[in-house]
Amino acid sequence: MSNALPQTNMMLFLFQDNRIHTSKYSILTFLPINLFEQFQRVANAYFLCLLILQLIPEISSLTWFTTIVPLVLVITMTAVKDATDDYFRHKSDNQVNNRQSEVLIDSKLQNEKWMNVKVGDIIKLENNQFVAADLLLLSSSEPHGLCYVETAELDGETNLKVRHALSVTSELGADINRLARFDGIVVCEVPNNKLDKFMGILSWKDSKHSLNNEKIILRGCILRNTSWCFGMVIFAGPDTKLMQNSGKTKFKRTSIDRLMNTLVLWIFGFLICLGIILAIGNSIWESQIGDQFRTFLFWNEGEKSSVFSGFLTFWSYIIILNTVVPISLYVSVEVIRLGHSYFINWDRKMYYSRKATPAEARTTTLSEELGQIEYIFSDKTGTLTQNIMTFRRCSINGRIYGEVPDDLDQKTEITQKKEPVDFSVKSQVDREFQFFDHNLMESIKMGDPKVHEFLRVLALCHTVMSEENSAGELIYQVQSPDEGALVTAARNFGFIFKSRTPETITIEELGTLVTYQLLAFLDFNNTRKRMSVIVRNPEGQIKLYSKGADTILFEKLHPSNEVLLSLTSDHLSEFAGEGLRTLAIAYRDLDDKYFKEWHKMVEDANAATEERDERIAGLYEEIERDLMLLGATAVEDKLQEGVMETVASLSLANIKIWVLTGDKQETAINIGYACNMLTDDMNDVFVIAGNNAVEVREELRKAKENLSGQNRNVSNGHVVCEKKQQLELDSIVEETVTGDYALIINGHSLAHALESDVKNDLLELACMCKTVVCCRVTPLQKAQVVELVKKYRNAVTLAIGDGANDVSMIKSAHIGVGISGQEGLQAVLASDYSFAQFRYLQRLLLVHGRWSYFRMCKFLCYFFYKNFAFTLVHFWFGFFCGFSAQTVYDQWFITLFNIVYTSLPVLAMGIFDQDVSDQNSMDCPQLYEPGQLNLLFNKRKFFICVLHGIYTSIALFFIPYGAFYNVAGEDGQHIADYQSFAVTMATSLVIVVSVQIRRWQKAQKKARPPSSQRPRTRRSSSRRSGYAFAHQEGYGELITSGKNMRTKNPPPTSGLEKTHYNSTSWIENLCKKTTETVSSFSQDKTVKL
Amino acid sequence: MAMNYNAKDEVDGGPPCAPGGTAKTRRPDNTAFKQQRLPAWQPILTAGTVLPIFFIIGLIFIPIGIGIFVTSNNIREIEGNVFMYYGLSNFYQNHRRYVKSRDDSQLNGDSSALLNPSKECEPYRRNEDKPIAPCGAIANSMFNDTLELFLIGNDSYPVPITLKKKGIAWWTDKNVKFRNPPGGDNLEERFKGTTKPVNWLKPVYMLDSDPDNNGFINEDFIVWMRTAALPTFRKLYRLIERKSDLHPTLPAGRYSLNITYNYPVHYFDGRKRMILSTISWMGGKNPFLGIAYIAVGSISFLLGVVLLVINHKYRNSSNTADITI
Repeated sequence: MSNALPQTNMMLFLFQDNRIHTSKYSILTFLPINLFEQFQRVANAYFLCLLILQLIPEISSLTWFTTIVPLVLVITMTAVKDATDDYFRHKSDNQVNNRQSEVLIDSKLQNEKWMNVKVGDIIKLENNQFVAADLLLLSSSEPHGLCYVETAELDGETNLKVRHALSVTSELGADINRLARFDGIVVCEVPNNKLDKFMGILSWKDSKHSLNNEKIILRGCILRNTSWCFGMVIFAGPDTKLMQNSGKTKFKRTSIDRLMNTLVLWIFGFLICLGIILAIGNSIWESQIGDQFRTFLFWNEGEKSSVFSGFLTFWSYIIILNTVVPISLYVSVEVIRLGHSYFINWDRKMYYSRKATPAEARTTTLSEELGQIEYIFSDKTGTLTQNIMTFRRCSINGRIYGEVPDDLDQKTEITQKKEPVDFSVKSQVDREFQFFDHNLMESIKMGDPKVHEFLRVLALCHTVMSEENSAGELIYQVQSPDEGALVTAARNFGFIFKSRTPETITIEELGTLVTYQLLAFLDFNNTRKRMSVIVRNPEGQIKLYSKGADTILFEKLHPSNEVLLSLTSDHLSEFAGEGLRTLAIAYRDLDDKYFKEWHKMVEDANAATEERDERIAGLYEEIERDLMLLGATAVEDKLQEGVMETVASLSLANIKIWVLTGDKQETAINIGYACNMLTDDMNDVFVIAGNNAVEVREELRKAKENLSGQNRNVSNGHVVCEKKQQLELDSIVEETVTGDYALIINGHSLAHALESDVKNDLLELACMCKTVVCCRVTPLQKAQVVELVKKYRNAVTLAIGDGANDVSMIKSAHIGVGISGQEGLQAVLASDYSFAQFRYLQRLLLVHGRWSYFRMCKFLCYFFYKNFAFTLVHFWFGFFCGFSAQTVYDQWFITLFNIVYTSLPVLAMGIFDQDVSDQNSMDCPQLYEPGQLNLLFNKRKFFICVLHGIYTSIALFFIPYGAFYNVAGEDGQHIADYQSFAVTMATSLVIVVSVQIRRWQKAQKKARPPSSQRPRTRRSSSRRSGYAFAHQEGYGELITSGKNMRTKNPPPTSGLEKTHYNSTSWIENLCKKTTETVSSFSQDKTVKL
Repeated sequence: MAMNYNAKDEVDGGPPCAPGGTAKTRRPDNTAFKQQRLPAWQPILTAGTVLPIFFIIGLIFIPIGIGIFVTSNNIREIEGNVFMYYGLSNFYQNHRRYVKSRDDSQLNGDSSALLNPSKECEPYRRNEDKPIAPCGAIANSMFNDTLELFLIGNDSYPVPITLKKKGIAWWTDKNVKFRNPPGGDNLEERFKGTTKPVNWLKPVYMLDSDPDNNGFINEDFIVWMRTAALPTFRKLYRLIERKSDLHPTLPAGRYSLNITYNYPVHYFDGRKRMILSTISWMGGKNPFLGIAYIAVGSISFLLGVVLLVINHKYRNSSNTADITI
């Protein structure tokens, strides 16, 4: 539908205009909408109800300001915050809506605001401009209607992407008149949020042209390296894919939140009980005593029966006693969490200077849950590994090149030092000779055709874009770092990829420029797992060059390759054994006629609307056969810094790390070994790789039997202490497992294992294993695994990842962590916390998480204590004032008790308190365990707090009662009046609860003496639990293997040894207190002794 | 061979990657606050610090308690100024409906509140279409018995004891919170247009002959208006001042108390009392505080001893840190 067609004007009503609203309110709607939203929160609604109750004079035991002052304060604060947020949204909306773009109106280019752009308009974009709406690319300044866009705002990927116009429309060029007369009609899909898919048909000049994602420029992209282009608006405003993707994120709550809600319900129950007791008391009093007292104490209007009086008293007492759950609790909890998240943002030790990225708490409401993590689900690529690819080795025609001499470590250092690598050819070649196999260079010089062909494939078959920067250096822009490594490798060996156009690729082969005609491009996708190009070389031969996953490509080989195939697959498994990522390389000679037929069929298929993808896939399948194998490449996937130490430390903290990766099994296992998650002295490693449900079930059963069988025999293994507390769920009976086990399961099997009847088997087995690796899993499966553990283990989970494929898992875990890495920003945008390096996870959990949890628990204990002590005095007083709901304290004291008198000390404690220093909590990961076991704030703790509060309230009431009984002041005047009594009690209350704040801290100290004291006292002791012993062994292995020596600052081993001593008795105490594992523990201990 | 390929480095290329410049601005500040290095004090509880505290508390509290207890018990002799109290029991001056039934601005002499008392005073707000002054249930139920004390001398002729009416109310109440309404010299004129509380025998401007102790600033009235915290209470009624240092204020002898009975208490099971008392440095007689101090001190001391024994017994088998668990 173009602007030229009059009848489409009717249809324009159906389309959104290009104005966007991310703001929620306008000046008029702010108050009603914001208030409505705020009162949807249970707490606020509850206090509103209280306020209404207080306005009834017969009930009102407190004046209205006791509730309205805190309520208004809280609501105003929230409203101000919402208003400022919205103000900034308005500002950015306005800025975006008022951006100018050149629109073709009345056959002239005119500047128009973005918000006035309509569907069907034709827009001219210039270099480095933002795209205003989703456009159909018509023509551009580059040849063949090519243009480049950067999609950073959409998916965070900073590499350039190519879009090319249909050749029919690209002929329009910059001819304004012809463009103005353009009257094509686009029929396309309804607006959706798929960034990488578009389906549509352009009907123009009696012919139909199929449209796909390549023809579309999405709003939010930036035009790059293209001086201008024209496009027709297809989706505008809220219909654009950018806006369709800005969905609301799921609201996450912490387990403490949930516990708090339960407790608040209990407290309400308790409140109602108290109210009923007092109401009954009131009824009795009114009929027995009050009745005789009538001369002095009148009845209220309409309150002539003692039962009705009791009913009203019930409500009065509900109002008085509501301070047990004051509104300030919710506010304080939020303030404390906010403080904690700021501390995370401010932490210099989580700041990555190389990328200038500080850690960021994107959600401020989850901080204490960081102290309770039991399961970590980690992505591999970009998270555990750097996603920096280094071309290590290759196998060409059955011969391995690049067998590196033994000084592997030295080499890594050298490369690291010289980063970024200087790619100018000569210096590069010189450098290669220092530490790479000479043979490959010699083969190239000798002109081995297979070697040349191999390198040619690397230089031709890829999606890399080249660009010359101002200094004349060749810069590659890549979509996948693997490809970058391969193209760069080819470049260093003399096959330099120079430039490309949509139809040609120019490379420099050993000094001579050769231009290949690009005939077809068979792109990579997840099911194909390979990509091919069909080129015509200057000699006129047509060749298909292909690279792809070995398993796929090997099936496509010509039968004559059998010998080479077996040789190469030996090499491949060797490479995989070293943890290298491999690709197989192959080619095929095509004859002209065959290709032309095939090409015709592709074009037909492309024009089809139905089953287009399937038909094209079929055609690709057809041409990619009878391939001739050339060899294979091996690229090293480097580990992130400090991954091993972090993994070791987190497993000492009894956190289980599951690796969920889309990578192949061998690579995943290899990374597992590299990170020390898998070790050689594990008792068994179960591999589940069944292809159907029955097989998978069998394998799981077998593994389980195996495990429990071995369990009986092994006596001196290590104890894996499992959490017993929360086993009220389902039928999963957990055994205490002796020995280290690992489970490796691939995506196929996982799909079957996640079916409902096998689910429990899988979970049981997985939870008994120390390490779980899931490989070849889809993003959806990642989320399913997380959901499984979340649902059936009732454990707190954390998912960490860096790429778009981790988004689902990050969103479904309790806490999602995004690595601001190289695959884009999508993971970060979906995450709750983000930082640049995996190793910061250790600090996030062991220091910030632990502190947050401790502080929050202390705060809650103290807060409940404080308010029970404060409020229950009214209950005792009720027995002495005829159950009349008379308050003990002054009204203003009640109003301000929580927000003025006692707020700052408890807030300061909740925000700043440190039980042990950050260094100690890093050195002694076992300190993390109370959080996992929920030891510091649970129902039992809550009852202790409540009992303590009740005790304090009794003391607070009855000691003044005794002291004031018939008392007189020193001048003889009576001071047992109500006012003096109230002031005395209020003063002692403030003093008592403020002193108690120290007591709460002391109580914590008692439970956990600072670890710095402990080593000295425990060192001589020969008692060690098997637990700590196991950890020490694990660490010893790490140190002796020398694997951790690669990093610049190895952990202070002596300090680590100390920590094991520290923790021993403390952990014992914890376990004795809370779990039923005492028996297994002591058994193990006796074995040790 | 090592060709590192770092896509990000190349693409960024520009300023974000530069180690200086922008990097500095994003790096969090190195302050003690932001890096959570604020100075802190952490008490570590060991036997060495806890035990002395217990003993010190015991040693301080027990003498204080004994002192208070003894002093309190000694308040008996009728020397110095003697205070005369009336006591009521089972009288709920702290009932909510009762407590709020007053109008403080009327009592403070506000002329508009005088003629239009607060709604809180209902049902003692108006009587026969006239506003009640002072309004409310508290004022209405004011204690109005008259107590007179006589010394019966040897000649059996009763000598009245001078009872001082002034100086029994709090200074702030008498001078700040309670004021007569403004107007001319005649108090009756000032209260014009109001009526007396229902239960009262005479209007508020006829409570006393002394103009400085009449109307709202009558001290008996002020004392009554300061409501008691507990249902059994006593209120100061009169002062008996010591005449000279030579003679005791109330010499030994027979006394008679003459009560003009206006205030009914029997129907609500109440009791009236008259108490004569002296006071000491710590106020009137009240043994409770002394006993409480002694009890707390003793418990603390006892706990100290118990912990000391435990500490001695187990010191060798365990470390000191564990003892505090």
